[in-house]
Amino acid sequence: MALLQIAEPGESTAPHQHRLVIGIDLGTTNSLVATVRSGLAAILGDELGRPLLPSVVRYLPDGHSEVGYEAQAKQALDPRNTIVSVKRFMGRGLQDLAHREGMPYLFDDAPGMLRLHTAAGLKSPVEVSAEILRTLRLRAEASLGGALLGAVITVPAYFDDAQRQATKDAARLAGLPLLRLLNEPTAAAIAYGLDNAAEGVYAVYDLGGGTFDISILRLSRGIFEVLATGGDSALGGDDFDHRIFCWILEAAGLKPLSVEDARMLLTRAREAKEYLTFHGVAQINARLNSGEQVDLTLTTEIFAEITQTLVAKTMQPVKKALRDAGLSVAEVKGVVMVGGATRMPQVQRAVGDFFRQDPLNNLDPDKVVAIGAAKQANLLAGNGLAGDDWLLLDVIPLSLGLETMGGLVEKIIPRNSTIPTARAQEFTTFRDGQTALALHVVQGERELVSDCRSLARFELRGIPPMVAGAARIRVTFQVDADGMLAVTAREKASGVAASIVVKPSYGLSDDEIAGMLKDSLVHVRDDALQRALKETQVDAERLVEAVSSALARDGDLLSADERARIDHDIGKLQAAVRGDKRRQIMLAIDELEADTQDFAARRMDKSIRQAFTGRNISDLGSEAGEARTGETV
Amino acid sequence: MEFNADHFTLFELPVAFRLNAAVLDHRYREIQSRVHPDRFASAGEAERRLSLQWATRINEAYQTLKKPLSRAKYLLHLAAHDIEGDNNTLMPADFLIEQMEWREAAAEARAAGEHHELERLHHRLQRDIRERYEEIAVLLDDGHDLEQAADRVRRLMFLEKLLAEIDDAMAACEE
Repeated sequence: MALLQIAEPGESTAPHQHRLVIGIDLGTTNSLVATVRSGLAAILGDELGRPLLPSVVRYLPDGHSEVGYEAQAKQALDPRNTIVSVKRFMGRGLQDLAHREGMPYLFDDAPGMLRLHTAAGLKSPVEVSAEILRTLRLRAEASLGGALLGAVITVPAYFDDAQRQATKDAARLAGLPLLRLLNEPTAAAIAYGLDNAAEGVYAVYDLGGGTFDISILRLSRGIFEVLATGGDSALGGDDFDHRIFCWILEAAGLKPLSVEDARMLLTRAREAKEYLTFHGVAQINARLNSGEQVDLTLTTEIFAEITQTLVAKTMQPVKKALRDAGLSVAEVKGVVMVGGATRMPQVQRAVGDFFRQDPLNNLDPDKVVAIGAAKQANLLAGNGLAGDDWLLLDVIPLSLGLETMGGLVEKIIPRNSTIPTARAQEFTTFRDGQTALALHVVQGERELVSDCRSLARFELRGIPPMVAGAARIRVTFQVDADGMLAVTAREKASGVAASIVVKPSYGLSDDEIAGMLKDSLVHVRDDALQRALKETQVDAERLVEAVSSALARDGDLLSADERARIDHDIGKLQAAVRGDKRRQIMLAIDELEADTQDFAARRMDKSIRQAFTGRNISDLGSEAGEARTGETV
Repeated sequence: MEFNADHFTLFELPVAFRLNAAVLDHRYREIQSRVHPDRFASAGEAERRLSLQWATRINEAYQTLKKPLSRAKYLLHLAAHDIEGDNNTLMPADFLIEQMEWREAAAEARAAGEHHELERLHHRLQRDIRERYEEIAVLLDDGHDLEQAADRVRRLMFLEKLLAEIDDAMAACEE
């Protein structure tokens, strides 16, 4: 596709070394890490060359853990301490889980997010995910031969604020500097779009191990624009396994099972599912610990029948997303299939029937997300070549709002708003002399607070006493490029303010994370202080490089005095980086940041001005068209 | 370029209701590709904050101008003729009766599961809405009659809501 020229003509981007960045697909069943080397995106395999890392973590009594194939092999032996599909627990409380009875774990219902009792102690899903991320980080560092500057980690587009925050926390715990959270279907669209020079409207149907996403995108001239997204963050291949599992129990007339037997039969169910992708019938044979023998034959017809409602369940969000995008089936040029679960013939058939075209399966559904993430990481790090550039416009999947009187929700930011975005709304007091206002932030599409997900509660205090309705409280919602929400409230007359990065009511506090970090380091070959110093040094080097290239390009925007101060700050920071005092480096960073603030603003203004003066004839050609008064879409 | 400039100035467009949508799209993308946080992912704190503010600002401006109803409201706002937060929803009786008839027709069709009837209502209403926007274009751009334009905008707020309800009903029928 023709790509947007971001750099001005005649202006080359400052030369710099290739930065080591990775893309991670943190999946329910398997995880992958990829990077871009010499312009090509590639999956980084383990020492045996295996691309996938099973998302399985086993905790041992001595506090150590096993991750991946090693852990997966033990799951029937030690089901209680072997955590599979932890992604389904991220940012979730116990009451959120469906068919918990099939799970062998000892849950602890902690406020906000559940915990798991293991041989190595109580573990949060964030810690379990961090084990997976840490393994991938070490794999990447070994393969690339250096410390990583950053990572793009993918999340289901339909992940809410709690699930995104949990993923961010896991990255932090794993010692991975996060460049961006990227939606999985968007990552797939990037990989597909760049590879196939695709233009037009595409749907990405992403059925993973535990999550389902549908995204509708418009691809054009170096722009990936998400028009609408939808899904179900608790629906995936796991549920198909579970249906087979239930069918086995019924068909074989089994009594209640031990956790070991249940885990083994679930594994047999998964194997049967995978076998049926290429065969008409699958044999299910198992000898249980209880002595019972299972010998069954599962046909594709029975499999399709018992999973029909699951397939149908994916089509509702598909319809809704198309409607939200204001498009009909006929306008969709292609449907990209992502996620291992889309290999099932009944899924392929249902998608093909709905969109009235054959789905696109030319990319490996297991790898496409990690590849897209690596490409985006490369772009974010500025490793791309001039002209080989694209703009990604993504959306939030769920509406954000506030609780109002009577348990109703007032939507502040509607779903499918392009991010980053902000909206402000005014509220007032309803009692004379009221000095505080409680704010309850929720996410979801329903009208009742009780049907939406509670994100945070906070209070604006110190409002001067006034008659009811006189106070003017402006509440601002800001959603950043990761899809994360921050809320601020301010009473206009008095200037009393309160703000919150939406987090406390579900996630982990900073103290908890610090505690987990300390715990994890006892058992890992990582030196915490050394790593923190290294990270700060990388940050500092990144900043020096960014400022230096800004000076080279836009130095004329500064007075001699300003320039001298910035040069001095750079020298000081460089000297600090050579030392090993983390605090000194941080102080020098702050100083340089403060002294370049105005410079940054001037540069941004200049760049925006150039957006228009840099236009050429061919650009103007595409602007021709009748003036319209109606909808533009 | 002023951060606080009005939405039209931001995109170097004339302050008017009639708008070249292709130009708006093109300029939105051009500016966004310069200010978007993805351009500053490895920049310093100050630049990242600025980028977030600008990208948010550009998105807001684009969304406001893209849709005719919000564009009309915004023009009234610029002319200090705000109707946002306006409690003056007193509409003429004939308009309200007409509204009730529309609503009843939609509710009946929905209850009976008559997708076809809903589709017919949808197209009729859409045509009606389009004509009203033409009228608003004349009132705002040619006649500069803010009073009348504000009245039409209030009516359109009702009609757009009604259209959304009919669409919801059609979706409910499909399920």
